[in-house]
Amino acid sequence: MGHQLYGPEPDVAADAGWQDAKPRKGFFTDTSICIGCKACEVACKEWNGVPDDGFNLLGSSYDNTGALGASTWRHVAFIESAGADGVRWLMESDVCKHCTHAACLDVCPTGSLFRTEFGTVVVQDDICNGCGYCVPACPYGVIDRRTGDAGTKNVGIAQKCTLCYDRLQDGMTPACAQACPTESIQFGDLSELRSRAAARLATLHDTGVEQAQLYGHDPGDGVGGAGAMFLLLDEPEVYGLPPDPVVTTRDLPAMWKQAGLAALTLFAGVVASFLGGRA
Amino acid sequence: MSRERRMVPNAEFRSYYGRPVVKAAPWTAEIPTYLFLGGVAGGSAVLGAGADLTGRPALRRVSRLGALGAITASFAVLVHDLGRPTRFLNMLRVAKPTSPMSVGIWLLTTFGPLAGLAGAAEMRGLLPRPLADLLGASARPAGLAAAAVAPAVVTYTAVLLADTATPSWHEAYRELPFVFAGSAASAAGGLGMLAAPVAEAGPARRMALGGVLAEMAAERRMTSSLGLAAEPFQHGRAGTLMRARKTVVAVGLAATPLASRSRAAAAVAGAALLAGSALGRFAIFEAGQQSARDPKYTVVPQRERLISPAGSADRPAR
Repeated sequence: MGHQLYGPEPDVAADAGWQDAKPRKGFFTDTSICIGCKACEVACKEWNGVPDDGFNLLGSSYDNTGALGASTWRHVAFIESAGADGVRWLMESDVCKHCTHAACLDVCPTGSLFRTEFGTVVVQDDICNGCGYCVPACPYGVIDRRTGDAGTKNVGIAQKCTLCYDRLQDGMTPACAQACPTESIQFGDLSELRSRAAARLATLHDTGVEQAQLYGHDPGDGVGGAGAMFLLLDEPEVYGLPPDPVVTTRDLPAMWKQAGLAALTLFAGVVASFLGGRA
Repeated sequence: MSRERRMVPNAEFRSYYGRPVVKAAPWTAEIPTYLFLGGVAGGSAVLGAGADLTGRPALRRVSRLGALGAITASFAVLVHDLGRPTRFLNMLRVAKPTSPMSVGIWLLTTFGPLAGLAGAAEMRGLLPRPLADLLGASARPAGLAAAAVAPAVVTYTAVLLADTATPSWHEAYRELPFVFAGSAASAAGGLGMLAAPVAEAGPARRMALGGVLAEMAAERRMTSSLGLAAEPFQHGRAGTLMRARKTVVAVGLAATPLASRSRAAAAVAGAALLAGSALGRFAIFEAGQQSARDPKYTVVPQRERLISPAGSADRPAR
């Protein structure tokens, strides 16, 4: 029963209490073949009914949505840089990592965020009361509270990628992966995706692309491995990803201990205030 | 200032257009206000119980009413802070030890009615006889029970902030509960000094003084061990709030020695310590928000950790 806060966890859905868990599903986003078409962003919005995220010109290459957020569940990053051998243009479709140890889920006080039978992490829109705690808890800055007019769908509550939970339940592929024209976004069983990612990395290294690296594939990392992993062509922070994220709840037992000690100290201090004087 | 500069190496790092990596909490002034009010409520409940047991009726009355007022206002700001205030009660559909907010809601749900009962008993003169007698009889048990829960009400809020990816909150998790405990003691003691007669306020003075000294000591330890994450405490709004607090607390400390003789000095000291506690809460809140908005505080320590896994970014073991 003991829910694990940190470290490798081979059966995340069973850890959450599922008795008939399905194989864990996830994404492998291979940025080396992303062409920056944003079909994933559009398909996600269409399928999930996600409101617009502003019609802005941000002046950051072709990126005008900026970052993942309450109304941006897929976000294509564009990085242009001039080097010795011409211009380098990196593109990467970012998404919720569906962490093995998901801080957003663990800190949620209403139980709105839950672990599905597919091992993914989903917000229940009808339960979330918009406390906002999941927002600073996420080590990747993915989830956010939706803002907008009173009429905006799900305004005031936490929103993020569901890995198309509704489509998964019908045996379908999530909308972004379905729409991706180059198969930069691959969907499948996590175990299968991990071996595909390792094979792709080996191929790239063999052909001289030595800067290629995997991100989020390692069950030994700070979040117990992500459900959405990436093949990157530069360091994670260049794409706006944290280089070594650690789930904050790893330290929660130590935090409760400190709070307990401080509470006892306070109590003792007040008692001493009554004993320690004449007046 | 220059000494602190040298302690932190010049941070070279890469980012995506300088945009934040983690998101700042979508919280506004309600949350630091609640941190302060929760401290006043919890500290006052313990002080009020002590005053009750040691026969200080005026201090008891002030503290119980203070706890009642502060906890009522706490609930109001916590509900108002929600994206969907009408769904506040969804907080009570689960109890999750992994969620400091869930733990906190259950603590408040226990503490609120107890502190409320003890506070209401102080106003029982307004009620008809049988009801007033009932309240009077339940005041001491309720007040003592509230005092038993109160220290947890005061310190869980430190875990609430620390259990996030916000660099300056998370990295402070060892010391933050002690900072908050000290802040609550100085605020509740300050309220006692401000509103109770000098003759009865001795414990309030000692509690306020001990609290503010403990708060400053814990905070010093915190900022000296935070590394890069200590920087936001010196800059921007957080820096301004920290400096304002320093001044206000200095006034409070200067007036405290006179507070055992002069009613006016006691009021000045009490008000200053209350204000100092509030400013400290806002400063810590803002420092965290600033650390989340600048990718430096997320990327640099993580990058250092990857370069030397054993440690430069890890804090020294104590």
